Amino acid sequence: MNNVMIGLEVHVQLNKLKSKLFCGCSTDYQDEEPNTHTCPVCLGLPGALPVVNRKAVECGIKVALALNCEVLEQTLFYRKNYFYPDLPKGFQISQYDFPLAVNGKMSIETDRGEKIIRINRVHMEEDPARMIHEGGIQYSRHSLIDYNRSGMALLEIVTEPDLKSPKEARRFLDKLRSILEYLDVFNGDLEGAMRVDSNISLAGGDRAEVKNISSHKGVEKALSYEATRQKNLLRRNIKIIQETRHYDEERGITISMRTKEGEEDYRYFPEPDLPPMSVKSWTERLKDEIPELPDAKIRRFVEEYGVKENHARSLTSDIEIADYFETVCKSSICTIPRQKVVRRAREIDPNMAASWIVDVLKGELNYREMKIEGSPLTEDKTIKILKDLSSGKITEKNAVEIIREILDNGGDPEEIARRRGFGRLDRSETEILVKKVIEENPKVVEDYHKKKKRALNFLVGKVMALSKGKSAPKDVNELLEKYLCED
Amino acid sequence: MMDEENLKQIARLAKIELKEEEVKEFSPQIRSILALFDEIDEVETEDVKPTFHVFGLKNVFREDAASPSLAGEDAIKNAPKKERGYIKGPKIM
Amino acid sequence: MKNYFKDGIKGFRHFVEDGETEEATRRLIDKIKENRFNAYITVCEDAVERAREIDKNKGDGRLLGMPIAVKDNLSTRGVETTCASKILRGYVPPYDATVVERLKENGAIIVGKTNMDEFAMGTTTETSFFGSTRNPWDEDRVPGGSSGGSAAAVASGECIASLGTDTGGSVRCPASFCGISGIKPTYGFVSRYGLIAYSNSLECVGTMGSSIEDASLLLDVISGKDSRDSTSIDPTLYRRSSEKFGKIGVLTQFFDGVEEDVLKHVWNAIHKLEDLGIEYEEIDLPNLRYALSSYYIIAMSEASSNLARYDGVRYGLRGKDLAWDTTFSRIRAEGFGKEVKRRILMGTFSLSAGYYGKYYLKALKVRNLIIKDFEGAFRKRKLDAIVSPTMPYKPFKLGEKIEDPISMYLSDIYTVPVNLTGLPSVSIPCGFSEGLPIGIQLIGRAFDEETIINIAKIYEENTDHQKKVSGLL
Repeated sequence: MNNVMIGLEVHVQLNKLKSKLFCGCSTDYQDEEPNTHTCPVCLGLPGALPVVNRKAVECGIKVALALNCEVLEQTLFYRKNYFYPDLPKGFQISQYDFPLAVNGKMSIETDRGEKIIRINRVHMEEDPARMIHEGGIQYSRHSLIDYNRSGMALLEIVTEPDLKSPKEARRFLDKLRSILEYLDVFNGDLEGAMRVDSNISLAGGDRAEVKNISSHKGVEKALSYEATRQKNLLRRNIKIIQETRHYDEERGITISMRTKEGEEDYRYFPEPDLPPMSVKSWTERLKDEIPELPDAKIRRFVEEYGVKENHARSLTSDIEIADYFETVCKSSICTIPRQKVVRRAREIDPNMAASWIVDVLKGELNYREMKIEGSPLTEDKTIKILKDLSSGKITEKNAVEIIREILDNGGDPEEIARRRGFGRLDRSETEILVKKVIEENPKVVEDYHKKKKRALNFLVGKVMALSKGKSAPKDVNELLEKYLCED
Repeated sequence: MMDEENLKQIARLAKIELKEEEVKEFSPQIRSILALFDEIDEVETEDVKPTFHVFGLKNVFREDAASPSLAGEDAIKNAPKKERGYIKGPKIM
Repeated sequence: MKNYFKDGIKGFRHFVEDGETEEATRRLIDKIKENRFNAYITVCEDAVERAREIDKNKGDGRLLGMPIAVKDNLSTRGVETTCASKILRGYVPPYDATVVERLKENGAIIVGKTNMDEFAMGTTTETSFFGSTRNPWDEDRVPGGSSGGSAAAVASGECIASLGTDTGGSVRCPASFCGISGIKPTYGFVSRYGLIAYSNSLECVGTMGSSIEDASLLLDVISGKDSRDSTSIDPTLYRRSSEKFGKIGVLTQFFDGVEEDVLKHVWNAIHKLEDLGIEYEEIDLPNLRYALSSYYIIAMSEASSNLARYDGVRYGLRGKDLAWDTTFSRIRAEGFGKEVKRRILMGTFSLSAGYYGKYYLKALKVRNLIIKDFEGAFRKRKLDAIVSPTMPYKPFKLGEKIEDPISMYLSDIYTVPVNLTGLPSVSIPCGFSEGLPIGIQLIGRAFDEETIINIAKIYEENTDHQKKVSGLL
């Protein structure tokens, strides 16, 4: 797909805050009855006034700094005036001139290497209420409105049209989500936590805006659909008009909502109930609160643990996984006490840990739609499994089985291995089997002494079959040679 | 600059359905109010800062703490139409 | 029959102490219900019950047992609050405005919600959906507005003191027309939380009483920083020196548009103050002639946005449900009166694409120039106050100006600059002509309510205009 230009407006709910943007109502409304987390301010009752949540501004600044933006000296809230049934005041308190921050950038991985996406601005605004249309938006005879969401703090992050494909758009969103979670301002798992408006145009055409898509996969699909639609129009020499389109998630298509001519005139003006803010001086303090972000962590994982870059990238895409990996690696450093110099050695090879976490554990978690945090597979259990694996106590297949069982039912790795008969036989047990095989196969033993090479392999196979594969190959070889020589 | 057509356009934006006689009545009144508005045209304001707060107040915040929401039915008791705890709005399409 | 209220708050306090609150309140409620001047929209039926409790349990509070009227654009928990608009009929707020909360904490009894211009848009109280309030001095005349009900209630003894709101003169104009004292405090001195917005950056809650003393006691009770109003201010941080100079400035601009007898009484008052040791000098503020235009641009622009929430979804008038935008447009067409519609339309226009810079933003800049004019006058000329007539005319006849919006707007010439600059101002009676009261306005430095209140007190003590109000009670 060449000459595609995509810009995103990402609405991020600062759902880790305790209270809404302009009132003290709790943000903890998921799964609650409708209209139970509301007050005069977020219901837009006559006479109520907004007061800005300081922490929301701090979160906004942290995000802005993480996206390499410049925080403006003076920032103002504006009223964006339009009518809609989900908007309690007939205007949304948002920002316009003097946004919180401008001119940032973020890098993403593309098929042709790293690429910089410019960030136009980061601004704050309030979330409208949630509407339910029973029987679907087109057929419902009324809307049901729940104001619990109304007034939640949102950040709007606007990119320049630097994204060249729907896949890049998805990569951008994935990376953005991971940065937001690193900053601990956002939980992407909650419903409606991130909503995306995207502009897409092909060279030679006007842009279309696809509004309000709530999943990253949805954005990629909607944009792919839209790019193909526009390409087909251009091929047939039909002019693409500037319009807003709705993405129908079920049908996987976009539908025209309105053309630009009918678009609202938002009549922005500074919110007179909120004095201007001058918060640039907060940046120094907030900079110190920003944790190591994904890009830096990738570099460190490669340098410090010697893991492969693709593993580092995968480990760091989710901060919980990244922390898990580090705990597994770090706690397996054994410290030898009572020595002047503490000697440290890794019990587990970080590369092995990385590979197990990325290639096995992440897949098993995804399959079960589980998060590592709060899963029954705590770090110490993984450490135990990996230790037993590297010491040869269990097989790779056993390790996978143990991981699966713990994720499904919990439990202790050692107990599972014992109960399910996992693990190696010890040398004395193998010795008994070796003796038995030699006794029962005199013909083959004879062949062995005639220097027939295949004879040894046959005997090894017999021992392994008897042990159901649980004898250590090293033990089998050594013991067979020992007893055959005694003959 | 403010004929009846413009006035109807503004009324659509303001979501106020105007009757034909209101359009007739308001148009001249609105033109004379506009003439009053236009008096500030002659003021030189190039180097003047706009007044965002009359005493230059800035940086007013509250701390991020949850406080009690409205209790029970209070949130929706004034809504003319409601259903199962939701407030009922008109249809969208 | 005892006249409980003729000596204001100080006088009535004795009756409260003697356990006569219930009886006095009962009589007052009966009088309100006679509805002679249409001063109230809603009567608080529980007032007598509250009074009985006070007689029984006493308690304390600076306004203990005082029957106070509250303008109907101030949110009162459990009491219908309509802004005199059809669109809000039946709306019963689930919360109290901060000022109402403070009245209650201080033992006041809220006796009712007073009539006003719809959404405070007017100078006469004629735009009320519930009909005009009449002037107690002459029932054929307007009481001024928009807090006309609050002023008429005080002037007619239907309450002891009241709360109004002042966006462009809405406390001072009716105070002047009804011959009582009204205070418009410094912007931010009193919380706006629960004041139903007309023009956020201009309006304040103000107080009214039959004497400046009562109005200032009420102000004392309701003022102070409120964490729920981001624009409210701790005055100790902003108050500059309250040094006294013994000099006032007389704003002689626009005097040729002022009625002759109004001017005569205003000058008399200035000379009276001179006799009392306060010098005066005439002043002229260059940008003041742009005050009306910038005021109306700002007020109407903000109003167009503030009144967007009245869509019938969460409260108020609701019609037949059609497509959402038609539903909204019809509710708003039916629920708003003419003046409100005109102002919403003007405000919508002045904020629309391409006009924001020409109107709203420019008006904010002109506002800054006017602020500087006042600051300069106070500082350079060492003034304690700036005085002017409150209104250029005496109370006029009901219906006289209502059909001509522009001439109505022009009558706010002396009051609107005060809202643009955020300064405090009082209006007190300074004489009578043809049986109608005339008011004089004293404008003070920011957060220096004290100085203008003191000048007003000195004037009041040395004249007998205020006593005429008591005579009416």
